[in-house]
Amino acid sequence: MGHHTISILVLNQSGVLVRVAGMFSRRGFNIESLAVGTTHVPEYSRITAVMQGSDAIVAQVVKQLEKLVEVRAVEILPVNTAVVRDMAMIKVKAAQNKKLEVLQLAETFGAKVVDISNETLMVEITSGKTNTDALIDALSSYGILEMIRTGVVGLQRGDCSIYEKEKCEISALFDTAQVEA
Amino acid sequence: MKISGAQGIIECLLEQGVDTVFGYPGGRILPLYDAIYEGKIRHILTVHEQGAIHAADGYARASGKVGVCIATSGPGATNLVTGLANAYLDSVPLVVITGQVSTDLIGADAFQEVDITGITMPITKHNFLVKDVATLPEIMRFAFRIASSGRPGPVLIDVPSDIQLDVFNFTQEEEQEKNKPRFQWELSQLGSSLIDRAAAVLETAKQPVMIVGGGVVSSGAYEQVVALAEKMNAPVVSTLMGLGSFSSEHPLFLGLTGMHGHKRANLAVHGADVVIAIGSRFNDRVTGNKFKYAEGKTLIHIDVDPAELDKNVSTHIPLAGDVKQLVTTLNERIKPFNPSPWWKVIWEWKQEFAVKPDGNDLSATWMLKQVAERTKGKPFIFATDVGQHQMWAAQNLHIETPRSWITSGGLGTMGFGLPAAIGAQIAMPTKRVIAIVGDGGMKMTGCELFTAASQGLPLITIIVDNSSLGMVRQLQQLFYKQRYSESLLPVPMDFVCFAKAFGIEGTLTTTQEEFLAAFSAAIESNCPRVIIVKIPTEQLVTPMLKPNSPLDTFMDI
Ligand SMILES: Cc1ncc(C[n+]2csc(CCOP(=O)(O)OP(=O)(O)O)c2C)c(N)n1
Ligand SMILES: [Mg+2]
Repeated sequence: MGHHTISILVLNQSGVLVRVAGMFSRRGFNIESLAVGTTHVPEYSRITAVMQGSDAIVAQVVKQLEKLVEVRAVEILPVNTAVVRDMAMIKVKAAQNKKLEVLQLAETFGAKVVDISNETLMVEITSGKTNTDALIDALSSYGILEMIRTGVVGLQRGDCSIYEKEKCEISALFDTAQVEA
Repeated sequence: MKISGAQGIIECLLEQGVDTVFGYPGGRILPLYDAIYEGKIRHILTVHEQGAIHAADGYARASGKVGVCIATSGPGATNLVTGLANAYLDSVPLVVITGQVSTDLIGADAFQEVDITGITMPITKHNFLVKDVATLPEIMRFAFRIASSGRPGPVLIDVPSDIQLDVFNFTQEEEQEKNKPRFQWELSQLGSSLIDRAAAVLETAKQPVMIVGGGVVSSGAYEQVVALAEKMNAPVVSTLMGLGSFSSEHPLFLGLTGMHGHKRANLAVHGADVVIAIGSRFNDRVTGNKFKYAEGKTLIHIDVDPAELDKNVSTHIPLAGDVKQLVTTLNERIKPFNPSPWWKVIWEWKQEFAVKPDGNDLSATWMLKQVAERTKGKPFIFATDVGQHQMWAAQNLHIETPRSWITSGGLGTMGFGLPAAIGAQIAMPTKRVIAIVGDGGMKMTGCELFTAASQGLPLITIIVDNSSLGMVRQLQQLFYKQRYSESLLPVPMDFVCFAKAFGIEGTLTTTQEEFLAAFSAAIESNCPRVIIVKIPTEQLVTPMLKPNSPLDTFMDI
């Protein structure tokens, strides 16, 4: 049982996120995080899902995802050769006499302070998951008012591209979605 | 040419070679029904939308074509849900068209608005909401391609009423586009080496068994599968869904495997050292205890759907792809062999578990053997409902050809049998269809007799009347201390009178002679007929595997 980061290239159509998320919940797979965004090709979006499970379960997830019509490619981001990031914003209690301390702490983790009020600081971090977890842990002793995370996103290193794995469907519905390799 | 969206739908159906659709009209599908009025396509009006979709399902299973079903928005669409799930679990290709409120009303909880694409997402292979009439032809074409390609399944297209009315420029699909497959499948290098391994494993097998499932029917790989089995001289067993894909009359055929399978067939699977399963997904009704199922065996699994490999049981040699091509290639790479000591064991089982003769009373098993006898070698199709009668039919009928056995396997939908039989009879006018249903299920969708009557179908409906929800009663007898909670139906139902309401002749039979007379009369007639086979409530389906146990552990009943 480990964490797996799955990158999914989908057609940018309404309902596709529901289909992907629905597949996970329907089949009893737990998603830890799910992040969606557009890509340089307007017809596509890309979803990154993090889940826990054995290799066999993840293999099953990948195959079930590949069956969805609007899913064009799926890859598991290899732990060693992928860059994965997740962004968090944390609003932490910090009276005047604590502000410097929190600032320094944020700096240690490579985070930035992006808003200051009388009693609070807002810290932003973009980092690997463990680093972000550690920062949140450290800040929690000051009292976290609210926070939010985007969920993990990632890309493989090197010159590969998920578009190379695209399944070639023979339908005019996808004519607009041809991408140069 | 400039036509309306509704006319476009008809044009697209014609383009796909569709000549018959099943459906039920309503407000938001009126433009399409107006186009149907032009008479280019035969429309079968059923009594209920569930009847329409099961009929389309039966039509598809009997013919191998894509079944088409139409319903209105809201309640019309929700009445399709069971039928969609049924087709989805049994991998039946359907294209289902629903009306929807007009695009300006979507999301407003308008009259008869339901989010049918949302509702059916988990029970369709894919679904579409049409938002622009210009995309309609492409969506229709793609829907047919999705429904019939790879592992088949139902596709739903939700068409708002204004889209049906919108006028657009329709152009016919080009001929060369039409026959393009959705994906091109080729044997990969890995696949090829796995086939070599499979061949090596099979050649050294001492006790091989072949399992055929519904995938053999849908892939049409019957001949290839027979050729492979004959080369291996391996005993062949079938799942409930696979019946008919391998002739029951073939000397290699042992019968049904699974929960109510034949003992010889289950023992063979249990005792096998190598199992090659083709187009079966190792459902829990087939495997019993799935952890013990594969113990001491090498499993070779061939399926069109990669996600089925290693899903329910993990296999040693998983082969995903075109079943016909995979089986053909495996056959080419295998040397003939004959596991004769294994056959000796099997012969002994065959002797030991030979079917006991039925008594002189009218029973379901006797009746089904008679039906099998009297229809042997003739073009008959059998459709069943769900329950004890279904299992008796699977055990006692002789299904000799593919697509002549129609049953709800994955969903186990009571009420499926009669409408599915109607669809099959419409698809195959030169064959005779016999529906075998229970007294419970007949009450669910029995009004579809009206459809059979109005279409003048020569359908024979045999109602196995045990005055109970027999399968439920059986489980309560065996596992709930004979506490027959809501499973007994002692108040008699006059099915003869019921049939008469539709102008159909029904015959109540309580003895063997009466049944034989009624059956001969039904066969000779060209009209729909109903035969009621009255049997005692207490009869149980045997053999039966102990729940969640290996395939050699039978209930002592
Ligand atoms: C729609 C639906 N509801 C409930 C069930 C559960 N169920 C399975 S078999 C059965 C009894 C069927 O009774 P009947 O049609 O008389 O057939 P029999 O078992 O008596 O042959 C029931 C209620 C089901 N399979 N489908
Ligand atoms: Mg009954």
